[in-house]
Amino acid sequence: MSDQTMTHEMTGSGRSEDAATDSPQRRQAAGQWQLIWWRFRKHKLAVVGGIVVGMIYFVALFAEFLAPWLPNEHATRYTYAPPQSVNFFLSDGDGWTFRPHVNGFKVEIDKVALRRNFVVDEEQVIPIGLFVKGKPYELWGLIPMERHLFGPLDPEEPMYILGADRLGRDVLTRIIYGTRISMSIGLVGVFLSLTLGILLGGISGYYGGFIDDIIQRTIEFLRAIPTIPLWMGLAAAIPLTWPPLGVYFTVTAILSLIGWTGLAREVRGRFFALKTEEFIPAARLDGNSELRIIVRHMVPSFASHIIATMTLAIPSMILAETALSFLGIGLRPPVVSWGVLLQEAQNVRSVATAPWLLWPGAAVVVAVLALNFLGDGLRDAADPYTS
Amino acid sequence: MLRFIGRRILQVIPTLIIISIVSFVIIQLPPGDYLDTLAATMAEQGDTIDRELMAALEKRYGLGDPVYVQYWKWITGIVTRGDFGMSFEWGRPVSQLIWDRFWFTLIISISTLLFIWAVALPIGVYSAVRKYSIGDYIATLFGFIGLAIPNFLMALVLMYWSFKYFGQSVGGLFSPEYVSAEWSWGKFVDLLGHLWIPVIIIGTAGTAELIRVMRANLLDELSKPYVETARSKGLTERRLLIKYPVRVALNPFVSTLGWILPAIISADAVTSVVLSLPTTGPLLLRSLLAQDMYLAGSFIMLVSVLTVIGTLISDIMLAWLDPRIRY
Repeated sequence: MSDQTMTHEMTGSGRSEDAATDSPQRRQAAGQWQLIWWRFRKHKLAVVGGIVVGMIYFVALFAEFLAPWLPNEHATRYTYAPPQSVNFFLSDGDGWTFRPHVNGFKVEIDKVALRRNFVVDEEQVIPIGLFVKGKPYELWGLIPMERHLFGPLDPEEPMYILGADRLGRDVLTRIIYGTRISMSIGLVGVFLSLTLGILLGGISGYYGGFIDDIIQRTIEFLRAIPTIPLWMGLAAAIPLTWPPLGVYFTVTAILSLIGWTGLAREVRGRFFALKTEEFIPAARLDGNSELRIIVRHMVPSFASHIIATMTLAIPSMILAETALSFLGIGLRPPVVSWGVLLQEAQNVRSVATAPWLLWPGAAVVVAVLALNFLGDGLRDAADPYTS
Repeated sequence: MLRFIGRRILQVIPTLIIISIVSFVIIQLPPGDYLDTLAATMAEQGDTIDRELMAALEKRYGLGDPVYVQYWKWITGIVTRGDFGMSFEWGRPVSQLIWDRFWFTLIISISTLLFIWAVALPIGVYSAVRKYSIGDYIATLFGFIGLAIPNFLMALVLMYWSFKYFGQSVGGLFSPEYVSAEWSWGKFVDLLGHLWIPVIIIGTAGTAELIRVMRANLLDELSKPYVETARSKGLTERRLLIKYPVRVALNPFVSTLGWILPAIISADAVTSVVLSLPTTGPLLLRSLLAQDMYLAGSFIMLVSVLTVIGTLISDIMLAWLDPRIRY
C-alpha cells in the first residue's frame, strides 16, 4: 500500500514553486480564490483542459477571421473533394525551398460507377500563406474585413484541408463556424439553467418544508424521464417557419428546461449545509436582511462549487444539441452547428463516400473532453479548506 | 418490507399521471388537431371527406370538447381499452404499431444494463484496489473518452469501419432472411449476433460513469477501520475484499439504476435511428417529423413509464439489499 501513496504524491507536484505555496504562512494569508487557484494548478489534466477550452472559445469568437472561406460558399466543381495535406517545403530539382502549399486535384471519371473521383495531383502546386486576402466578410457582423488567417494566395484556387461536403463547401470552415453556435448553446443553456437552478434550488433550500417538497418531487420527476424522447417531442413542435435565431433560442430553452435540475440540487445542498454555519445566524443577529445574507454571505461561499457544476453541465448541453440537430429536429441549416454538420453524415453511404464528414464529431469529442477535465479539476479545487 | 413496497408503488401513481399529462401536452403542441390533418390528407388524395366518419371520430376522441375532457377520454381509452388513438400516418391504431417496437426497446435496454453491470463492476473494483496503477489510468482514460463520444457518432464510425473492412452494413437487429420470419431458435441466435453492437454503443457512456461510481465507493470503504481489522485477523485479501467492502459499495451501485435507465433509453432512441433498429426510436422520430402526434405521444409516454417502473424496481432491490433503508 505504501508505494501506491507515494506514486500519488509524485503525480501531485513537481515544480519548485509548489513548495512555496505550501508554506504555512502563505497558505494562511491567502484568500479563498488564491487557494482554489493553487489547488487547481496541481491538477495537470484540468489545466490542459482549461487551455483547450480557452482556445475553443477563442476560435468561436474569431470564427470569421480564422476560417479560410465563408461557411455557405459552395463550389459544384469540388463536391466531395478529399482532404489535401499541407506541405511546407517544395522540391525544385536541386533542393528544398520553404514554400507552404497544397496540391491541386485531378478529376478521373470512374466508368463503372459513373462518378467523379478526385486524385491529388502532385504537379499542381497551390501556394498558401498567412493573412491572405480572401472573400470579404464582416467580423461579428460589424467590421468589414477581407483578410483570413490562412488560405491560398490566389482565392480562386481550391484549398480543402479537411475535405469538402456534398455542395463543395469547406468542412474545416464549417467546423470553425459551427464552434460558435455549438459552444454558445452550451453557455447560454447553462446560464438559463443556472438562473432556474439558483432560483428554485435556493428557494427550496432556504425555506425548506412544503415548498422544498414540491420542488424536489418536480426534480425527481424530470430526472426520471428519458431526456432525448422528451426533447424530441418538444423540439418537433417548433414550427418550420420560424427564423433561425428563434429556433436557436427555443432549442436552448428546451435543453435548459430539463437541464436545470442538477444545478438546483447542488444549490439546495449548499444552502442546507450553510444554513447551520455560525456566520449565518451571526449575520442575522447583526441585523442583515435575508436578501443581503443570501447575496453577500451565502453565494460567495458556494460560488466555486456552482462554477464547477456549471462547467460540468456544458458538455451535456453540447451533446444534447448535437444529437437533436443530427436527428434533424434541433437546429436547421443554414445555421451551422456541429450537430447540423454531422447530419450530412447521417447514412453509411455518405460516410463511405466521404469519411471526412465525420470531422465535426472530432470537434465535439475534443470540446466535451476538455470541458470534463476542466470541470473535474474545478470541482476538486472548489473547496480548498478540506484536505 | 411489504408495507414499504406498497407505499413505494402508491408513490409511483402521481408520477404516472404527470407523465401522461406531459405526453398529452406534447400531442397538443403542434397547431391543428388530428382531424384537420386527416381531412387535409383525404382532400390531397382527392377523396371525398366522409362527414359521418368525421363526426364519429370527433365524438370518439372528443375533439370538440375542452382540453381536459379530451385528456380524460384519451387516458381512459388507454387504461380501460388499450386504445392509444389512431396513427394518421399509418392509418392504423397506435396500439398495433407500438408493441413490437416496444419489446425490442425493452430487450436492448435490459441487455445494455446487464452489459454495463458486468463490465463496470470488475473494472471498478480493480481500479479501486490497484489505485494509480496503469490499469487504473487506462480505465479512467477509457471512462472519459466513453463519456465524450456521442452515441450516434460511435454508431456511425462503427458502421463505416464494418462497411469499409467487411463490406457489409451492421444495421438492423436481424439478418435479411430472418426479418419477417417466425420466432425460432435460429432467429434468436441471429438476434444475439446483432444485439451486441447496439449494446456496446449504448452501454459505453453508462459503463464509464459506473466505473467511476464503483471506484469512488470502494475507495471510501477500503479506508475504513473494519477493513484493517479484518486484515489483521488474517483474512486473505480476496476473501476480505469480496465479503465486506465490495458488498457495501454495491448499494449505491444498485441505486444508479434509477438514472442509468433513462440514459439508456435516451441513447437507444438516437442509436437506433443510425443503426435502423426496429425499436421505438426511429418510429418516434418519424412520427414527430410527420406530426403524427398520437403515435409520438404514446411512445414518449411508454418509454417514460418504462423508466419509472425501472426506478421502482431499483428502489425495491435496494431496500432488500440494505436493511438500513426504510423510510
